[in-house]
Amino acid sequence: MSYLTEGYTLRSWLTTHDHKRIAVLYMVAITAFFFLGGAAAALMRLELATPAGDVVSAETYNKLFTVHGVVMVWFFLIPSIPSVLGNFLVPLMIGARDMAFPRLNLASWYIYALGGLFTVAALVAGGVDTGWTFYTPYSTTFSDTNVILVIVGVFVTGFSSILTGLNIVVTVHKLRAPGLTWFRLPLFVWANYATSLILLLATPVLAMTLALVALERLFHVGIFDPALGGDPLLFQHLFWFYSHPAVYIMVLPAMGVASEIIPCFARRPVFGYRFMAYAILGIASIGFLVWGHHMFVSGQSMYAGMVFSMLSFLVAIPSAIKVFNWTATLYKGSIVFGAPMLYALGFVGLFTIGGLTGLFLASLALDVHLTDTYFVIAHFHYIMVGGSVMAYLGGIHFWWPKISGRMYPETLGRIAALTIFFGFNLTFFPQYLLGWLGMPRRYHEYPPEFQLLNLFSSAGAAVLAIGYLLPLAYLAWSLFFGKRASSNPWGASGLEWQTPSPPPQHNFEREPRVERGPYDYQPVR
Amino acid sequence: MTTSQFGSALERREASLFGMWAFLATELMFFGPLFFGYVHARLAQHDAFVSGSHHMHIALGTLNTAILMTSSLTMALAVRAAQRSGPTRIWLALTALFGLAFLGIKASEWVMEFGEAARAAGGEARFYFLYYAMTGLHAVHLTIGVGVVAWLWLYAKRFSAEYHAPVEVSGLYWHFIDVVWVFLYPMFYLLERYNA
Amino acid sequence: MSGASSQWLLAAASDAAARVDVLFLSLLALTGTVALAIFVLMIVFSVRYRAGSRVDRANPPTNVRWLELGWTFTPLAIFLGIFVWAAVVYARFYTPAPDAMAIFIVGKQWMWKAEHANGRREIDELHLPVGQPVRLILSTEDVIHSFFVPAFRIKQDAVPGRYTSISFTPTREGEYWLHCAEYCGTDHARMGGRVVVMTPPAFAQWLERGDSNPSLAAQGFELFRRKGCSGCHAAGSSVHAPDLAGVYGRVVHLADGRSVLADEGYLRDSILLPKRDVVAGYEPIMPSFQGQLDESDLAALISYLKSNE
Repeated sequence: MSYLTEGYTLRSWLTTHDHKRIAVLYMVAITAFFFLGGAAAALMRLELATPAGDVVSAETYNKLFTVHGVVMVWFFLIPSIPSVLGNFLVPLMIGARDMAFPRLNLASWYIYALGGLFTVAALVAGGVDTGWTFYTPYSTTFSDTNVILVIVGVFVTGFSSILTGLNIVVTVHKLRAPGLTWFRLPLFVWANYATSLILLLATPVLAMTLALVALERLFHVGIFDPALGGDPLLFQHLFWFYSHPAVYIMVLPAMGVASEIIPCFARRPVFGYRFMAYAILGIASIGFLVWGHHMFVSGQSMYAGMVFSMLSFLVAIPSAIKVFNWTATLYKGSIVFGAPMLYALGFVGLFTIGGLTGLFLASLALDVHLTDTYFVIAHFHYIMVGGSVMAYLGGIHFWWPKISGRMYPETLGRIAALTIFFGFNLTFFPQYLLGWLGMPRRYHEYPPEFQLLNLFSSAGAAVLAIGYLLPLAYLAWSLFFGKRASSNPWGASGLEWQTPSPPPQHNFEREPRVERGPYDYQPVR
Repeated sequence: MTTSQFGSALERREASLFGMWAFLATELMFFGPLFFGYVHARLAQHDAFVSGSHHMHIALGTLNTAILMTSSLTMALAVRAAQRSGPTRIWLALTALFGLAFLGIKASEWVMEFGEAARAAGGEARFYFLYYAMTGLHAVHLTIGVGVVAWLWLYAKRFSAEYHAPVEVSGLYWHFIDVVWVFLYPMFYLLERYNA
Repeated sequence: MSGASSQWLLAAASDAAARVDVLFLSLLALTGTVALAIFVLMIVFSVRYRAGSRVDRANPPTNVRWLELGWTFTPLAIFLGIFVWAAVVYARFYTPAPDAMAIFIVGKQWMWKAEHANGRREIDELHLPVGQPVRLILSTEDVIHSFFVPAFRIKQDAVPGRYTSISFTPTREGEYWLHCAEYCGTDHARMGGRVVVMTPPAFAQWLERGDSNPSLAAQGFELFRRKGCSGCHAAGSSVHAPDLAGVYGRVVHLADGRSVLADEGYLRDSILLPKRDVVAGYEPIMPSFQGQLDESDLAALISYLKSNE
């Protein structure tokens, strides 16, 4: 009897305390939001195919990029890997029967859904046009759209993040199986643990900051509004204090996924396990100190800019270590190119490009030219879409047999991975060039000489759309018609593979004992 | 309890306590932007903050500080009583009453200051906004705290030397609210009040 | 537009552009090499160690301390080098030449207004003489805007309630795009126009054309009298207020013991928030002029104070 067959009614799902079922609830919800945010992006790319602003009005375009940002950041990327794969896998990987606080876990999902409802309500009521960054005083004084409704949505969803983070932190600390010491933890657990610390410490700052924006909008209290003696830069400092670590919330778990898939498909232990774990913690902690690199031309002091720039170079080091170590993990392996591996290798490649272009933006003088252009758009999409979404999809494929008990169609899986990789590069690489040539972001029309590159980008978006719809279709198909999965179809080493697929309600027949480190792959001759 | 995620009651208690510490870290960061905003505003409009502190009702604020400190003592005694199967209920009741007394006094202060706050402009308006926002958020937390303590009081019979984690966890939360006040009191009432 | 005539090559029309481009190309070469090395290794390993290939797989390393330390500290050293280089170039944006020509730029939904010292105003355009160091002093009437001229490689936010500034020297004649780079509402994408870099004689001619406003300083002097500033600040006034002759660029000692440089930002704050930085030896009696002066008035007043030796 598996967790999927414990009950078939809607009620049994909506009142479940089982972390695996809650993970599935999250998966359904974030998939819906992913396609909502994707639809907004598709409309934007359609508009940008020509220089004139002729498909939608300027107002609509501004609302589209705001919706795209808000939905993708808070309702897809941030919950994606921690709340779906993390929720499902962390207890399994550490040999626990559930999360530490199962009811809180379910509550987190409802809070997430409630925040989503507010945000959707804001859309239905006419949308919002501040951009996902809510810069003051535009958001507090000048925008006449549904700012407060969206702020409430993001504020509420923040608590879902916080509680998920809390649950994962306590679970990893307190519920590890006997013998599972910290340095025997899979890197996926390390990554989700570090992510959860950021969720705990950064999200409340965003919540309060947005609450202040709402209060400023309602009562003109003068915290951010310069006309009343406030300071708009104070908002930017507070916002980026959250939103820069939020980037690591999105990408650390992706690194965790890649660190599981690559050793498994290369049939050898991950290279430099300890450095990998330290790098995760290093990124999570230095990540809190670099927020000011979003503000090099904002009017903050030149010396503050210099400090933030130097720290931003420092935070690049652990990311570089991780890329080197993944590459070294391929050396003397015996590599099988299954769909999850294609996604994982795609992740490493795109993350490398995204990370290296981050160095341009960390360089003060270059950032003056590049910030607020398409170069920035390209950079963070390489990290978040090329990085996080690739890894999320890789993880979904890798653990799909465990989650659903079925195998996905392998050939289609590989075709989808390659389609996404190709479509992604076609969409976003031209944007680096556009940015260097000086095309500002958030423009719904642009000088005609930028059309050719924009056209490439829009064509790439169409390919990307097909790439994302493919897995939706064949994974749904496989739920009913896929080959039944064995408990360990990949011959992988983690604890999650030592229990049936799909796992029983309380995960393990007997509490596992751990006597070895992770990635116990025997070298192939 | 083989289907529980915990191996033992001890494990459960440790997880709850650890969870509360983690939650308090979040809470601290939640107050963070307000503290940061306070420092920023105080540096920018120093004179308004000095004159603002002269408008505070220092006697009531000091009395409230004493009441809240005392409530922390009674809360600690409630935890001790629960651990030793002592008179938990009495201490819980006293804690909740002190909490309510604090809220009552605080509310009367808010009412008395409201006229002045509504008229304030410029730096003083920011002073009053921060005052209302920070003491208000603190009061929201305290209200939740009183609710939790009342709930513990209702179920006090369940607690024993073996099982008392909810009292301990709530105690941590209560002390946190207290510590926040220990910062708010000097920030609004005392700083430079006695300067010429 | 001549400056934007070539799609693939971005014009380099300022001294900053030359410095930024060298940095950009060097970093591009460096990161390109690193990326290429990683991708080549990934591909070589993927092909060589594909499942079923007959190669030596004995003793795969799981950690090699010297290698890991090497690829930790080598990038660190290189990164620190780039950091310093980029910071030095960045600092030039904020250290104007002594003879820099100050131009006030005011952002407003959705246009850029430039005010030259002689009183000439222009909207959505900026005319500059080639070879003359320029210092732009930015402010905004409403939300945050960002003054972006790709051909100059400059960008600076205009933030409500304060001045920001950026300095450079145009080095090539031509017309170049001017954009707003910080999202500012509905017509953000249409906020902008062109920058025209001209020969100094052509620029001098251009300055004299158009509606003949009095110079900014003269407008400021007029305001200085009309708004009653002179009543207190003029020499021989019965009110005890600081004499403002030659105040610009001086170090001012404040009542609370601090010292500040009297730059545009200080003068602006002293007019709008007079209680914040009271000069030592004076009573805080000056009223605030917040709401009575718009950005153009402020620019004029400050220009007057700067000219008043």
